[in-house]
Amino acid sequence: MSTGTPRAVVTGLGITAPNGLGTEAYWAATRVGKSGIGRITRFDPSAYPARLAGEVPGFTASEHLPSRLMAQTDHMTRLALVATDWALADAGVVPADLPPYSMGVVTASSSGGFEFGQGELQKLWAEGSQYVSAYQSFAWFYAVNSGQISIRNGMKGPSGVVVSDQAGGLDALAQARRQIRKGTRLVVSGSVDASICPWGWVAQLAGGRLSTGDDPGTAYAPFAPSAAGHVPGEGGAILVVEDEAAAAERGATVYGHLAGYGSTFDPAPGSGRPPGLRKAVELALDDAGLAPGDIDVVFADAAAVPELDRVEAEALNAVFGPRGVPVTAPKTMTGRLYSGAAPLDVATALLAMREGLVPATVTVEPDPGYDLDLVTGQPRVMTVRHALVLARGHGGFNSAAVVGAP
Amino acid sequence: MSARRVVITGVGVTAPDGIGVKNFWGLLTAGRTATRGITFFDPSPFRSRVAAEIDFDPEAHGLGPQEIRRMDRAAQLAVVTAREAVADSGLDPAGADPYRTGVTIGSAVGATMGLDEEYRVVSDGGRLWQVDPAYTVPHLYNYLVPSSFAAEVAWAVGAEGPATVVSTGCTSGIDAVGHAAELIREGSADVMVAGATDAPISPITLACFDAIKATTPRNDDAEHASRPFDGTRNGFVLGEGSAVFVLEELEGARSRGAHIYAEIAGYASRCNAFHMTGLRPDGAEMAEAIRVALQEARLDAETVDYVNAHGSGTKQNDRHETAALKKSLGEHAYRTPVSSIKSMIGHSLGAIGSIEIAASVLAMEHHVVPPTANLHTPDPECDLDYVPLTAREHRTDTVLTVGSGFGGFQSAMVLARPERRAA
Amino acid sequence: MDNQTFTLEDLKRILREGAGADESVDFDGDILDTEFEDLGYESLALLETCGRIEREYAITLDDSVVGEVRTPRRMVEVVNEHLGQTAPA
Repeated sequence: MSTGTPRAVVTGLGITAPNGLGTEAYWAATRVGKSGIGRITRFDPSAYPARLAGEVPGFTASEHLPSRLMAQTDHMTRLALVATDWALADAGVVPADLPPYSMGVVTASSSGGFEFGQGELQKLWAEGSQYVSAYQSFAWFYAVNSGQISIRNGMKGPSGVVVSDQAGGLDALAQARRQIRKGTRLVVSGSVDASICPWGWVAQLAGGRLSTGDDPGTAYAPFAPSAAGHVPGEGGAILVVEDEAAAAERGATVYGHLAGYGSTFDPAPGSGRPPGLRKAVELALDDAGLAPGDIDVVFADAAAVPELDRVEAEALNAVFGPRGVPVTAPKTMTGRLYSGAAPLDVATALLAMREGLVPATVTVEPDPGYDLDLVTGQPRVMTVRHALVLARGHGGFNSAAVVGAP
Repeated sequence: MSARRVVITGVGVTAPDGIGVKNFWGLLTAGRTATRGITFFDPSPFRSRVAAEIDFDPEAHGLGPQEIRRMDRAAQLAVVTAREAVADSGLDPAGADPYRTGVTIGSAVGATMGLDEEYRVVSDGGRLWQVDPAYTVPHLYNYLVPSSFAAEVAWAVGAEGPATVVSTGCTSGIDAVGHAAELIREGSADVMVAGATDAPISPITLACFDAIKATTPRNDDAEHASRPFDGTRNGFVLGEGSAVFVLEELEGARSRGAHIYAEIAGYASRCNAFHMTGLRPDGAEMAEAIRVALQEARLDAETVDYVNAHGSGTKQNDRHETAALKKSLGEHAYRTPVSSIKSMIGHSLGAIGSIEIAASVLAMEHHVVPPTANLHTPDPECDLDYVPLTAREHRTDTVLTVGSGFGGFQSAMVLARPERRAA
Repeated sequence: MDNQTFTLEDLKRILREGAGADESVDFDGDILDTEFEDLGYESLALLETCGRIEREYAITLDDSVVGEVRTPRRMVEVVNEHLGQTAPA
């Protein structure tokens, strides 16, 4: 990173996670290994081969959002709007006080407002086209969260939406950093995702990577010999990303900064070329101007699919050496949140820096064959200056980001 | 090191009555329209029953049986179109570093057709809320996540660099190309295969636009149903399609002797922060996007030779856009030809921005600006030179193309001959 | 139903169901002549509301209703005209 490039710092966090609603509740649960995974309650899962998910507890949207917004929003948009309110409050930012064009919104999505979409599809096919809501024209689509956040907060600056499955959460933060570097003062970024509805569920099942286990403690077990798919979750994190000088000027408290990023795509199946995750890690380190030894902890993608776990372990061992760096996957407490996962991992890394404590991976005993220093059982008390966060999306998306202490 | 510059060296288009760049340009310059009564399914329950459909046979365009099975129509369009763009560029993907080649694909509504069809089956015609997993197709996950479009294109062209889908509603097609150009400029890639695709002509899409009366009910005159800037306009006509480009860093393109269509000289996107579907009449945010795009291009408003408009044919858009052009280009807005190709190929949502970039670079290539078809009745609120009915020979070295979309997104891109800009 | 009439209460119910209600507006007050915009309803909310009225009362409203009908009083009148009723709200 060349000198003189403005640093993009994180000054606010808004978290809606299955094991905690709000940053403090989430961190209180995560630091002690308390999981939010359980049997699905949003619909009756008994007829489906996978029945566990991470659902955000205690969220009553109408307590936080005006009734006019309720009619036109999917669950994931409501979570995202509330997470944004909390992130801005945490950052001490009142959007109305800033020039509208100096603030942007860049979020990720994986599958849009799928539950809202199911409702409207049902009306279409069961009742007729004239029963479809006027709000269907945008409530389900991938751009909806950026649009609604921009409207609610009067943000007119450079904005966008990226979709790269789970990797998209880091791609959005990278795009936010890009806009900061180009002169935007503040970008609301990150992602909140949710598709825990029957229609979303069968689509996820078709992906072939869902765990069919019924024990919340063992169903999602990345890097374990028994790994057999993941448990999905809902939620994520919205981050306030700011130009460092602008944040300093207003005396903001800084959690840390987005120091590096790299992204690759796996070769076509059967090409014989190696997977791209290692390259993404190397690109992120180069971008941050750091050596592998500078990284204190890795937040793994943790697919819990044996082949994908192997690829991730090999990439980490190639860059850091066998057991060369502590690795953790707090998402074992939330399930995989699709585009919401990586922003939550970035938030978690920042909270780990703040407290000097790396939360544990809640899983069964890892397979020693992976040669990873996986943080399990107890959280690890340690100083964290730089964390590497990995996120992969279905089809071969690999993204890596380095998060640095203030 | 001087700033890296980004140029377009390959173009592919799959549009209604315009499969392939040659046919597409032929349609536009003839001023022919591709809008018609919907044939994909029985449209009789709907208020608006016209669309611009592509007579697309994926097999005839080189897709294998397995590719066809696993891809939604929008992905099929993107892959066919990307292959045309790469072939046109003359770039040998095998000769390049795959990590330095990336993919950005825009799409507003993803695999809408596939999702609509599959939902109908797993829900047994909407009867079941607890839909039946026994009836899912194996590739339903690819429909759930439109990122599969970028994956398919990356596989098709051998890209292993940054890959993503950009989804900002109806500005996706501009924003995807703008995003890709930014990746080259900052040094994250040397080559980007970038564009957009959408295939939204399905019952759920018709129903949702019916509900907000955004699409035209001019069903008895389908051929002339898309009427941007015309005083009788009453809504847009849904379309489908894809356009994909090969973007390269300027010096790299020059050193391999590539044909350079245009430089992506400037790009900006802003939000109106006003309404998910509504527009304020003053066009302030689109004007701001245009101003910043010109500033990034280091070009004055007076240098714009042609404006490729969003021109959707809704009452509010065309008025909004006209105001934005006046606000940003001043008096020059009145002297510049402005046209909307949606009059001929409809509005393919997230794809159209890229298809309009294709029309823009072809206008530069041929010094011909495409017309706005069906424009017979003046509207006092739309009083610019919209190139009615007939294509026009016109010296075109710099083009401004704009888009406006649900969510409030307003985007602008400036395309110019590289020699037009001082380095 | 021959004697079906559409009242302000019906309109308020349908607005609430389809588009919610602005918390800063007193819907129990005299709102008959308050413009929809001041009640917090923009064109999209009125499109949704008209769609619901059309389905529930099996009538077809003109496209021009949204935009031209600006107050609850006028909306009630227009719907009743379609129902063949002249009863005021």
